[in-house]
Amino acid sequence: MALTIKEVEYVAQLARLQLNETEKQSFAEQLSSILQYVEKLNELSTEGVEPLAHILPVYNVFRVDESKPGTLREEILANAPLVEEGQYKVPKIM
Amino acid sequence: MELYQLTIHELQDLLSRKETSALEITQAIFARITAVDDRVRAFITLTEEEALAKAREIDQQGQYGRIAGIPLGLKDIFCTRGVKTTCASRILGNFIPTYDSTAAGRLFAEHGILAGKLNMDEFAMGSSTEQSAFFPTCNPWDLTRVPGGSSGGSAAAVAADEIPFALGTDTGGSIRQPASFCGVVGLKPTYGRVSRWGVVAYASSLDQVGTFAKDVKDCALIMQIISGKDPLDSTSVDLPVPDYQTSLDGDVKGMKIAYPREYFQPGIDPNIQEIIKKALLKYEEMGAIVEEVSLPHSEYALPAYYLVATAEASANLARYDGVRYGLRDYEAANVIDMFSRSRAEGFGAEVKRRIMLGSYALSSGYYDAYYLKALKVRRLIADDFSRVFADFDLIVSPTTPTVAFKLGEQIGDPLTLYMNDILTVPVNMAGLPAMSIPCGFHEGLPIGMQLIGPAFAESTLIKAAFAYEQNTDFHRLRPALEVK
Repeated sequence: MALTIKEVEYVAQLARLQLNETEKQSFAEQLSSILQYVEKLNELSTEGVEPLAHILPVYNVFRVDESKPGTLREEILANAPLVEEGQYKVPKIM
Repeated sequence: MELYQLTIHELQDLLSRKETSALEITQAIFARITAVDDRVRAFITLTEEEALAKAREIDQQGQYGRIAGIPLGLKDIFCTRGVKTTCASRILGNFIPTYDSTAAGRLFAEHGILAGKLNMDEFAMGSSTEQSAFFPTCNPWDLTRVPGGSSGGSAAAVAADEIPFALGTDTGGSIRQPASFCGVVGLKPTYGRVSRWGVVAYASSLDQVGTFAKDVKDCALIMQIISGKDPLDSTSVDLPVPDYQTSLDGDVKGMKIAYPREYFQPGIDPNIQEIIKKALLKYEEMGAIVEEVSLPHSEYALPAYYLVATAEASANLARYDGVRYGLRDYEAANVIDMFSRSRAEGFGAEVKRRIMLGSYALSSGYYDAYYLKALKVRRLIADDFSRVFADFDLIVSPTTPTVAFKLGEQIGDPLTLYMNDILTVPVNMAGLPAMSIPCGFHEGLPIGMQLIGPAFAESTLIKAAFAYEQNTDFHRLRPALEVK
């Protein structure tokens, strides 16, 4: 399975990663060789095998809706690249 | 012996006899770090001032025991309140968490002293610590070689006597492989045994927190402290934590040990195979029953792992968008460009590669062929182990296919680098506990033996590892790092 530059660009857009031309070229080659390697899985018949997404039985966990002391807003916002009036600031969306 | 060379339990003996203090120990550790870390380069961040203050405080109270007054290191993937946590990535280069991860918090509650944060492959993606965005760490046994990864800083720091113990994480071998390369004890517990809360996520169904130590007794102690249910991690398991110290009895009589023939194949260095076979003979001498078994789907674990792990990573790493924390590109005119450019600047090549692979495997039209197929194979791998554990207590194998390789040797070729994990990833796919313990040397480089147990059988691992350690001296050997 060889990946084209166009496919690499599409996946990069899904992943929100801006790639330069060199990266597109090297990812096309490297991902193609990795995909070729994982083709090995098709040697196995997995008909009727239940997929195993999680090793433990996963179920929803409920708890009582009580308020507890949390982290100070100022401390959390201190990590933000850009803040205005106690809120995260980002470039125009619309 | 110098203080920095001692194990936790040896230091506790001295503390209880008032022959040393937490301050003396902490000073000795920082002197050692100053003497060797310019060459080993295990630490990203040191917290010397806070550590010395904490040591003085503990000495004043005079309450020792367990890990009280003992310095420790944390892989830089554990959130630490007020202390920079980078995950060895530029995107988190200036991130200061507002809380402690549960595992770290449990160590601090026992008055363990944080000495610093340790180097790793960026976002735990790598097997050599060369993927750190900052600098590579060197193997203390041979500074031209890698310490393994992704928890390479943790393993190297313990091996170089820079710290008595450290925590790491293991998604596909990231504790066991560096423990093997650096000749220390490394334990990856059962999935769910230790809380992952506050640990930066790579692949959430595979990630597990574990420990590096100088001997099995210390390892058992750390496991005792960090294990157990955490309401903040819904995947942590509510099972009683056994007293691991009772497993330190050296008795493996009648224990049934399996060695899988698929783990002793031509791709595995014959010198390593021979040393593991010798260790198996040792177990027989000690009264264990040793038999060959088959784990027929072993060769499919690695390709399945790289699909599952990267798919989960692509989702987990979507949170790095330059909005709430981390690196941001300020030039972008709109928000989508801001995301894409911040991520392009902030992530290294291997991280981008895995995000791309994972996004592809999950994308429309390919989901069934790649991701779903991998999950089905995962079931077959887990079933292989269940069949063996119906008749055996323990599986023994080499931890790695080779000894530590040279820095730069494998960096250009992702697939070759991935092959390092061939003996360790099946364990993560099945969520099992496993350990690597020192069991010999080849041309001056350490070799690790992997012990794999059924789910929640950490006691069995500790029991078998301790019995072996009692009959050998490999864990006592330390690299001859010259002090300038």
